[in-house]
Parts: sequence; structure tokens; C-alpha cells
Amino acid sequence: MSALATSAATTRTHEATPHATSTGLSNVKLAVWAFLASECLLFGALISTYLLYRGRSIVGPYPHQIYDIPYTSVSSFVLLMSSLTMVLALAAVQRGDTRRMRVWLLATALLGMTFVGGQAYEFTSFVRQGLTLHTNLFGSSFFVLTGFHGAHVTIGIVMLLSLFGLSLRGKLGPENAETVELIGLYWHFVDVVWIVIFTVVYLIPS
Amino acid sequence: MAIVEREPIAEATLVETAAPSAAALRRPHATTGAWSWFTTIDHKKIGILYGATAFVFFIVGGLEALLIRLQLARPNGHVLSAEAYNQIFTMHGLTMIFLVVMPLSNGFANYIVPLQIGARDVAFPRLNAFGYWVFVIGGLFLYSSFLLGGAPNGGWFNYAPLSAHQFAPGHNIDFYVLGIQILGIASLTSAVNLIVTIINMRAPGMSFMRMPVFTWMTLVVNFLLLFAMPVIAVALVLLTFDRLFGTNFFNVSAGGDPLLWQHLFWLFGHPEVYILILPAMGVVSEVLPVFSRKPLFGYPFVVFSGIAIGFMGWGVWAHHMFAAGLGPVATSGFAISTMLIAVPTGVKIFNWLATIAGGSVRAKTPFLMAVGFVTMFVIGGLSGVTHSIVPADTQQTDTYYIVAHFHYVLFGGSMFGLFAGFYYWWPKVFGYSLNDRIGKVQFWLMLIGFNATFGPMHILGLQGMPRRIYRYAPGMGWSTWNFIETIGAFIIAFSVFLFIVNVWRSKRAQVAAGDDPWDARTLEWATSSPPPPYNFAEIPVVHSRDDLWRRKYVEDEDGKVMPVPPVASTEEDQEAGEVHVHMPSPSYFPLVAALGLPIIGYGLIYHLIWVDVIGLLVLLTGVYAWALEPPTEPEVEIEAHGEPDHPDGDGEPEPVPALTAGGTEGGSE
Amino acid sequence: MTDTATQPSPSDEHPVPAEEHAHPSEWRYIQIAIALAIVTAAEVTVYYLSLAKLAMVVILLVMAVVKFSLVAAFFMHLRFDSRLFRRVFITGIALAITVYTIVLLSFGVFLTNRHVTPHVNVPSPTASQ
Ligand code: HEM
Ligand SMILES: [Cu+2]
Repeated sequence: MSALATSAATTRTHEATPHATSTGLSNVKLAVWAFLASECLLFGALISTYLLYRGRSIVGPYPHQIYDIPYTSVSSFVLLMSSLTMVLALAAVQRGDTRRMRVWLLATALLGMTFVGGQAYEFTSFVRQGLTLHTNLFGSSFFVLTGFHGAHVTIGIVMLLSLFGLSLRGKLGPENAETVELIGLYWHFVDVVWIVIFTVVYLIPS
Repeated sequence: MAIVEREPIAEATLVETAAPSAAALRRPHATTGAWSWFTTIDHKKIGILYGATAFVFFIVGGLEALLIRLQLARPNGHVLSAEAYNQIFTMHGLTMIFLVVMPLSNGFANYIVPLQIGARDVAFPRLNAFGYWVFVIGGLFLYSSFLLGGAPNGGWFNYAPLSAHQFAPGHNIDFYVLGIQILGIASLTSAVNLIVTIINMRAPGMSFMRMPVFTWMTLVVNFLLLFAMPVIAVALVLLTFDRLFGTNFFNVSAGGDPLLWQHLFWLFGHPEVYILILPAMGVVSEVLPVFSRKPLFGYPFVVFSGIAIGFMGWGVWAHHMFAAGLGPVATSGFAISTMLIAVPTGVKIFNWLATIAGGSVRAKTPFLMAVGFVTMFVIGGLSGVTHSIVPADTQQTDTYYIVAHFHYVLFGGSMFGLFAGFYYWWPKVFGYSLNDRIGKVQFWLMLIGFNATFGPMHILGLQGMPRRIYRYAPGMGWSTWNFIETIGAFIIAFSVFLFIVNVWRSKRAQVAAGDDPWDARTLEWATSSPPPPYNFAEIPVVHSRDDLWRRKYVEDEDGKVMPVPPVASTEEDQEAGEVHVHMPSPSYFPLVAALGLPIIGYGLIYHLIWVDVIGLLVLLTGVYAWALEPPTEPEVEIEAHGEPDHPDGDGEPEPVPALTAGGTEGGSE
Repeated sequence: MTDTATQPSPSDEHPVPAEEHAHPSEWRYIQIAIALAIVTAAEVTVYYLSLAKLAMVVILLVMAVVKFSLVAAFFMHLRFDSRLFRRVFITGIALAITVYTIVLLSFGVFLTNRHVTPHVNVPSPTASQ
């Protein structure tokens, strides 16, 4: 057997790898950040597709005929505030206040559902006004971009509700603060993507 | 390649002391036996699985290549119909890129990187298994198309709108868009995992500038994957929506722009070619110093040029689109950036040459393969530079000249490099060496066959023979070279057959290799061959680049290399030694989760919502069960020497520290 | 889906007081949220002002960047966390902005003079938009 495999073997249980990682940073957190960096290129491509086809549709309806800016502003605001409740949930669990954490988690999930519900309503009203996936380039790129974002929010809601469920069963204490933090990172990311979409897709005129 | 079961560590025992696991399915324990391969989360086993699976696909892709060459051997070939030819060349390309070179490189990365950085496993062992299963299942999904009405037939770059529903009504392209999407998920998860592993799991003292070059190149490649996979994902999503749900992204009559697909595809596609070549460059950078008995010349330059290639690889994609007419500004810009990217590539080549120069060379098979890599890659790189000259490229594009170029870089480059890796690391992985004589014969045959197959393609291309034609007329002056190419292809096939023979014979001969058969330089050679499940009993502390070499040799005042005088025997230690390392437990759930994806895929293709729902449920079940099971089952322990678990007899399990640093699994996406 | 069963409690990893220190207070979070709300209101206002198109685009983009940065810096803790996280994330953003801008430029998207695009074989009621 070789030098390192056995020569230094001892009788004690090995401290395996020391807890500290090479950088001192948590593995999962680094993984989440890497994943979010990757998502930037995903949403970047979808937003670019929308921008490329902006103003190129051959038939209507066109964006300015159908966007309801006040309505979307409100739902954007709702999503923005869900980031606040999310970070408050994290602050609560870090303090060891699991009861508050539970409340804020649920609040975040509810705000998220409000947003997705609002999006569903927006989609149906657009469809009623004659804009579908097939109508024109605007319909295709708008629905796919915002639909993808909505799917991300939905996944976030599922994760938040799972956390809430765990906490009800007493399985989410201060020692799991990092889990809350990571799901929070995802949630905030989805929020900042919407910040960009709201400006670039809704507010900036074509 | 045979799947060789690693010998069980001495009297491994599984001691089970406590409560049944909370998971619905009982946690698998076995770390040996056939079933254990389905539940394993050991990076070494997963590495072997990647290698074995990719090698099977290599054979399949090779058979497809032979069909292509048979068809083209003579004018007006009639081996394949036009439609079959389209499917075969498309599947050949997809197979070789996504199911051979990428997973083979990933197999090496999986097996070797944790050993090279002195880690016990990767950062996320179960995510690692998930990545592997998604890859296998994605490959099978793609191949199932042959049974379900026809394989993808639009070439590996699958240009829209020709691949849109209007022009490609069958399901062929559906399998492309969903199959590649699934494979992309595999690559993405594995990229996140390896990035975290390399950044976070290095042994004490293993600073970035002490990391072996193979590990470095793996890091660069995985960053490329991290950023390139989402781009192709979006391209595929757009095309999927066009095909399945009637959107207009590539519908020209609605104003859709065909160039959008080309941009997104090549924005992924060019980084992808570096994803295919950098791991092989890493292998070669390991092999050449060992067999020249010299440190790698200009290590920092090799590393930084690798990073530079990674960055610059993002600024050249439109050189695949010169013929599309991007306008003078874009065309000139991309032509210049393409010429520039040859610079860091050249830096590496000179460093390799300088490493060999003046070394005491041992021309073993790994060395020959590595030299084959360098020479063939130079030819491919040079023809690449000729493509960067736009007027010349307008002549070359879509001819056999391009086919020559990318085979010189992909086969002459990547495959030779990966074969160097096979011969080099085989003794470490399986404990016995491959036969060097057969290896050398294989090398020379492969080199001759390779050049006979792809060399003449330069000429044919410049004579105007287009790529992707299934027949050519007798009077074109192409017949002789085509015939020679077909002979060359069969020589390659024979050389690969020799490799299989070599594996089979060497396995039977079982010539024990020893831990460090090549007198190598990096940490993977510091543990036993094959390594124990926990890799290193004691995590090594690293003091320098080429750490193992420094442990073995010192330089005297004149710079002469001398062996380190042997230290007092560690016999005693060994006798007292009981290695007691808790490794994360095997798990079913990565496989379960992965199974959900193709089900969703079939549901989408056949518009069966309930199948999608089932697939989604399978996926969710896998993910939830995985998230809820602890990474390490505390009551199951592997002991190297079968000592009673707790000799002090209090029966109270000690608190078990998590093995992998940070100890957790993140598999949320 | 993180499993923290065998993870060391935070206190093992870095001393709690430091952590407490690094994270902003709840009141700070609320302040940030108020700022976000104000900027959002301003965005909507700008939308209804009849400004020159270029001015409007610039103002809206700046405000979006401000919101983005606030959320990333405070809610995602990038301001307080390791530089490595910041670098990884910013690499993703910068790469995305760079390559996609080049793609769009090659289509002539941001150029006012759209006919410089070499491939305007697109049927063209588009110009009217
Ligand atoms: C010195 C570095 C290189 C340069 C300057 C270069 C340049 C080019 C150019 C300009 C093209 C487009 C030709 C055309 O379609 O008209 C091309 C095609 C290609 N290159 Fe390279 N290349 C280089 C290295 C590589 C490497 C390392 C790989 C892969 C390992 C590679 C793989 C390919 C492939 C697969 C294609 C063909 C894609 C297709 O049309 O299907 N190249 N190369
Ligand atoms: Cu390229």
C-alpha cells in the first residue's frame, strides 16, 4: 500500500475533511451562486429574443395596445415586497425565532402566489384581446419570456411551502438557517430578473 | 471497456446499529455488487460509469461513421438512402460530441480531480450521480428515436427554420430538441458540482497555483459549461415551442429570423468546442511531464492561456456564420478575434514542446498518444486559422475542408488526448496496467488510419466536395480520395478493436501496477491503486506544485535530481492502523429523479399531458426524497479492518462529522 | 432542497457575533424596501411623463439598475458576503450583457438606422412600429 493510503492511519475516527472548506465558504452557497450566474445567461437570451423581435410583428395586437401598466406595476410591487418578507424570514430564523420565520415564509409564498395569480389573469386577458403564443412574434416572445419567469416563481413558491411544511413539523430550526438563506437567494434572484423585465419589456417604449 | 468492480476494501463490514431510515424506500447500503452501481455516489465509481458508458457510445458512433464511409467509398453509393444518411451523420455528430467526448472528459474529471486535489469525494456526491444518470437517460432517449420513427436528421447544429415543423414534420427533430435539453441538464449539474469541488475541496496547502493542470482545465471547462448550457437551453426551448406549441420564433412568414438560431447555437457552440478540447489538453499536460521526467515547462503560462482560451472562446462564435452575411463590421471583428484565439493555443503548444525538449523521455503509450495529440492538433489549429480568413472561409465553408478541420481537432486532438488518459490512468483506476506493446501498435494504427481518413478531406474540400451529401457523381475527381478515406476509417476501427483486446487481455493478465507505476508527480499517485473509497486515509498536506514528486526527489546544489533518502519504515503505523472514515451513503433517488425527465420528454413529443404529469411526479418524488434523506446515514459504517465499531463498548455512536466539507447536498435544481 | 442534517451549526463555522455584525438589521431591510417602492413609483411616473425617448430609456434603465443593485447588495447580502460570490455572479451578468449586446447589435437592434442590417429580408411593416 502506498504512502498516503495507510502509513498515517490511526485508530481514531478521522475528522474526515475538516469542516472548513478551502475558501471557508459553504459548498451549497457557492453552488447556488454559480447556478444563479448561469441563470443570467438563460434570462439574458430570453430577454434578447424579446428585444430582437420587438417591433417586428407583422400583425397586431402590439404591446402598447394591450399592456396594462398600472396593473403590472402593482404586481411588480407585490413581488418586490415579497423579497422583503423573505429576508425578514431569514433574519428571524438566524435570531432563532422560528415562529416569526414561519409567518414571514408564509407571507412570502402568499405574495408570490399573488404575483403568479396576477400573471395568470394578465395572460387570460391578453388572450381575450387576441394575443396568443401563435399570433405574432410579440405574442411568442412575450409569453415565453414571462412564462419562464412565472415558472421560476412557481418553483420558488413550492420550495417556500416545503420550508413552511418542514417548520410546522419542527424540522426547521436555527441550524437550518442556511437552507432558508439559499432559497432566499433564489427568490431574490427571481425578483431582480423581474425588475429587469418590468423595465425592459413593459416600461421602455418600442 | 469493461466495468471492473473495485476490490472490496479489506473485510469491509457494514455495521448497522440503529433505527430504520425515515425514507420511503430503505436506504441502499451495498457498496459492492451489481446493484451498487445503480445507487453509488462514489465519485470513482461514477467516473468509471461515465467512462464505460461513453465508450459504448463511442463504439456506436464509430459504427455510424463506418456506415457513412461505406456509403461514400464509391460514387453513387447505395448503402444508405438519403434520409438514412441524414439521420446517421446527425447521430454520429451528436453522439461523438455529447455522448462521447464530453462524458469521457467528465469521467476523467470525476475520477481524477478529487484525487488530484486531495479530497475524499466531490462536493455533492448525489448530485454527481444525478448528473450521470441524466446523461445516460438522455443518451438513451436520443437513441430511442430510431425505434420511434426516425432519428434527428438536421445535423448537429440543426439550423432553423429547416428544423421547424413546417420543413421537418416528423418527430426526428423533437428528439433532438428534447434530448439535447436533457443532456444539457446533466452537464449543468455536473458543472456546478465540479466547480464547487475544485474551489472548495482542495487539501490544505493546495493553492490554485499548485493545482495540477488537468484540474485547472477541468475548472475552466466547467465554467464554460456553466455559462454555455443555458444559451443552448434557450435556443432549444424556442425551437421546441415552435415545433410543439406553434410559436413563431423561427417562422419566417411571421417575421422570425433564422439568424437568431445561428447566433444562439454558435454562442454555445464555440465555447463547446473548447469544452471538448481543454480536458484533453489537461491530460496531455499531465502526461508529457511525467514521461519526460521534467516539470511542465511554463506552468503559469499553460494555466493562464487555458483561462484566456476560456474567455476568448466567448468572442468568436460568429466565425461559424461568415457565409450568412453579417455585414463588414461584424465579419471583420469576428475574423480578428478568431485569429487572436490561436495565440494562447500556440503558447500551450510551445510549452508542451519545451517540456519534452531535453527531458529523459520514456516513449510509453501514454506519451505517444500525447505527442499524437500535439501534432494532430497543430494541423487542426492551422486549418482553423485558415477559416478565420473570411474570403478563404467563404470557399471552405460547408465543404469537406471543414470536416477535416474539426476532425483534426476533435479526433486528432480530443480523442488522442483521452486515449493518452486511458493508458496513463488505467493502472490507478483498476490496479493493473494496459499492455504497452499492444498500446503502441494501436497508437500507430490509429495515427495512420486517422491521417488516411481525414487528411485527404482537406484536398477534397478545396476541390469543392460539399459536406453532408449522400452521393457524388463518378466524374468529379473525388473517387480515389474517398476510397482511401474509407480504408483509413476501417484502420481506425481496427485500432479501436485492438484497444478493446488490450483491455480484455490486460484484465486477464492482471499485472499489478503498483501505486505509482509511472513515477508520477501528482497526488492521485500517492494513494493506492485502486484507491480506497475514501481516497486518502489522512488528507495530504500539500507543500508545492508536483507535490508527490517533491516527496520523492530533491535537487542537489547543481540542480541534479536525487531520490529522497528512505525514511524509517512505517510498518508499525500500518499495523495499528484502522481506517475509519464515514462516507456518504448510496442513494436511489438521483436515479429516480433522473427517470422523470425522459418521461416528460415523451409526454411532450406525443402531446400526452398525463404522461407529463407522471414524469413530473417521478421527478418530484426523487427530488423530495433526496432532499429529505440525510447525505450520510449515521448508522451505517464502512470499516477498513473490521474492528468492532466502538471498542470502548458504550454502544453510543460518536457524533459523526460530515465527510464532505460543508457536509450538505444541494440539489434544488 | 438543502439537507443540513449533518452540517455543522453556524456557530462552528464562523463566530456568531461576527455574523450578527455582518448582517444588516431588520430596520435596514425595511428601509431598503421603502427605497425600492419609491423607485418603482418613480419608474411608473416617468413612464407617464412625455419625455424624449432617449431620456426616458436612460432614466428607466438607471432606475432598474438601482433597484437591482439594492436587492442584490442587501437582500442577497452580496455587500457583506464573500467577494467570490460577487465575482461569480457579476461574471454571469457581465458575460450575458456583453454577448447578447453584440448579438443584438449585429441585428442592428440598438442602431436607430435599422437598414444597416444586412439581412432585412424580413417583411417590413416592422418599420412602422
Ligand atoms: C486555433 C483554433 C481554432 C480556430 C482558429 C478555429 C476556427 C474555426 C472556424 C473559423 C470554423 C468555421 C468554419 C466554417 O464553418 O466555415 C471552425 C469550425 C469548426 N471548428 Fe474550429 N477552430 C479552432 C479550434 C477548434 C477546436 C479546438 C475545436 C474542437 C475541439 C474545433 C471544432 C470545430 C468544429 C466542430 C467546427 C465545425 C462546426 C460545424 O460546422 O459543424 N475548432 N473552426
Ligand atoms: Cu468556432
